[in-house]
Amino acid sequence: MRAPRRVARAGVAAALSLVLLAGCGGEEDAADGTVTLDFLSLAWQSESVAAHKSLVDAWNAANPDVRVRYVQGSWDNVHDQLLTSFMGGEAPDIIHNDASDLTDFANGGYLADLTGLLPEELLADIPRRSWDTTTYEGGVYGVPFLQEPRVLIANTRLLAEAGVRTPTADRPWTWGEFEEVAARLTRDTDGDGDTDTYGVAWSMKEPVSQSVNLSLSTGGRIFHREDGENVIRYDAADSTVAELVHRQVNEDGTAPDSSLGMSGSDTLPGFFADRYAMLPLNFSFRQQVAQQAPDGFEWSVLPMPAGEGGGGAAQGVAPQTLSVAEDAEDRRAAAEFVAFLTRPENAVELALGDWMLPTGETALADPSLDTAEHGWRTGVELTAHLRPSPVLGVRGYPEWKDKIATPAFQEYYRGALSLDELRERLTDDGNRVLDRYQR
Amino acid sequence: MSAAPTPAKAPRARRARRAAGRAGQYVALACYLVFLAFPLVWLLSTSFKSPQELASIVPTWIPREPSLENYRLAFEAHPLARSALNSLLVAGSAALISVAVAVPAAYVMVRHRSPVSRAGTAWILISQMFPLVLIIIPLFLILRNLQLINSLPGLVLVYVVWNLPFSLWMLQGYVRAVPPTLEEAAAVDGAGRLRTLTGVVLPLLAPGLVATLMFSFVTAWNEFFFALVLLKSPERQTMSVILTHFVGAEGVADLGPLAAASFLATLPSLLFFALLQRRLVNGMLAGAVKG
Repeated sequence: MRAPRRVARAGVAAALSLVLLAGCGGEEDAADGTVTLDFLSLAWQSESVAAHKSLVDAWNAANPDVRVRYVQGSWDNVHDQLLTSFMGGEAPDIIHNDASDLTDFANGGYLADLTGLLPEELLADIPRRSWDTTTYEGGVYGVPFLQEPRVLIANTRLLAEAGVRTPTADRPWTWGEFEEVAARLTRDTDGDGDTDTYGVAWSMKEPVSQSVNLSLSTGGRIFHREDGENVIRYDAADSTVAELVHRQVNEDGTAPDSSLGMSGSDTLPGFFADRYAMLPLNFSFRQQVAQQAPDGFEWSVLPMPAGEGGGGAAQGVAPQTLSVAEDAEDRRAAAEFVAFLTRPENAVELALGDWMLPTGETALADPSLDTAEHGWRTGVELTAHLRPSPVLGVRGYPEWKDKIATPAFQEYYRGALSLDELRERLTDDGNRVLDRYQR
Repeated sequence: MSAAPTPAKAPRARRARRAAGRAGQYVALACYLVFLAFPLVWLLSTSFKSPQELASIVPTWIPREPSLENYRLAFEAHPLARSALNSLLVAGSAALISVAVAVPAAYVMVRHRSPVSRAGTAWILISQMFPLVLIIIPLFLILRNLQLINSLPGLVLVYVVWNLPFSLWMLQGYVRAVPPTLEEAAAVDGAGRLRTLTGVVLPLLAPGLVATLMFSFVTAWNEFFFALVLLKSPERQTMSVILTHFVGAEGVADLGPLAAASFLATLPSLLFFALLQRRLVNGMLAGAVKG
């Protein structure tokens, strides 16, 4: 009986010592009057994390009275993390997020209105259309600092072999041309009757944002303002691109149905193995392509196709943003840090680290971005066509997206839903969701 | 038409059947072990692969050019060692405290059946059904009032409360298996309640204690959401939170370093299990003898 008792005693002692150890390092206190601001950063790629940390260090060196503490966050769960900490009154002072989250948080009174807190040069340098992505009911709730268009990452050799015209930002393919090109790139190389190379692979694991944002090119927008309220409509202009994807997968066979459940990353192995000739992906995916492509693999960055007679090359974006919490310890100092982080030279550094594009005109004109390498120049040229995503400013969008639009689009692209059924689900059920938020 | 086996042949046939049956059992066990080991082996293999190999359409079991680069990048990008220590402190404390609290509670609930203890048991089951999002905000507010936000003891407290129902549930089964006659014998010898619990019941509960300890440790080690929400300071974040920092928007991940960090994150649980499993087996045998 002694041994178990010894074990029990040792266990209790260990528990006590662990708790004591765990208790070490309580909340540090700024008794010297120094303001300490927590900066929740969602940078995740090593270059980007390094760039953010180095700018925080530079700020702290120059501003001994306002210390910024870098806090690493994650895109995966930032919404829940912020919601909880806002409601508990313990939110970070400076918040990195994307514009689609700002509406609900601004509406809840959790974010500070930055009107009057930002320098004139910053306000003038970022185009109005970008500010529109962070403006809600007249208040500015974030600084849009990084953005990215959707582009086509293409296998250069396969395109050359097919003899197709290379599109440019000035002369993109039309959606019709794109369908023809995809058909020419689709090949059965060994003659066994099975397709070996598909023209395009649509990764539709998260189909909603691409379906909504690309609809701008054909004059659609899905979310409309009517009598001061948000309303969902899904007319012909809204559904043109979705119909094209459906056609390619289910009728033409120029896009595989197997890619519909994939994320963008999942399609890369097939792209490198000549299984897919083109991938519609976000601009920042170039980093993964550059890092993972086999030696000698040639790839290029092409603009997405443009609508004929509709919105042209327009597409919606929800830029990354920097906001200040309403309960921030020092809102003015926090806004100054945001302004520091988004200075043109710093914005370029952050953009290069994240493989994205800055929103500011001065930063966009930086020579380091004016290069053909990895398609940077193509991206810069496309920024003129970027518009605020129609989902921005729509309360209830996250619920519509998760509960209604994601399954509906997935079923439609798979061929399990007709266009009429898709339209009915998106609008009838969707408007009921939006109504709840607008009562 | 086959002849009936002769008496001499019958034992041989039985032996052959038994051997075949045993071989079948071993094959099934081997298949099961391979199935269980697959994720860990794949994780280990992934952690040594280059980005190009990770993006290859033909997956490889053994890395073509194994390298420690992913481990270097993982350690360089995030404070893995410090977060592992935090996880160890929190999970270890939570496991020990949960078990220490659960043992007497389970004993009382089993040995003193009453409407109250039955209601308590039902409540334990019901409490397991609450979704995290339902309790996280009230919990956050309570901990803030106690000034336990952003502190490891606060997280330990949460994990103890979170683990307790299941620990209690597990231990009740073990307590029920201890013959009451042994306790009656101790009472006849003059032992009080506490003495009976520590001197008679606890030694027989050893396997149950170890199993519950392991369950509590692993649950706390892997827990993510409470740790994410309650710990603000980077220097206090736990391993499960740090792992999410390798994942970007739309599920894009830094796969190689993530695999390296994930593999390292599984090691403490494996070691903990390896250290305690001997105790588990010994305890079971001890219980068998006494029973």
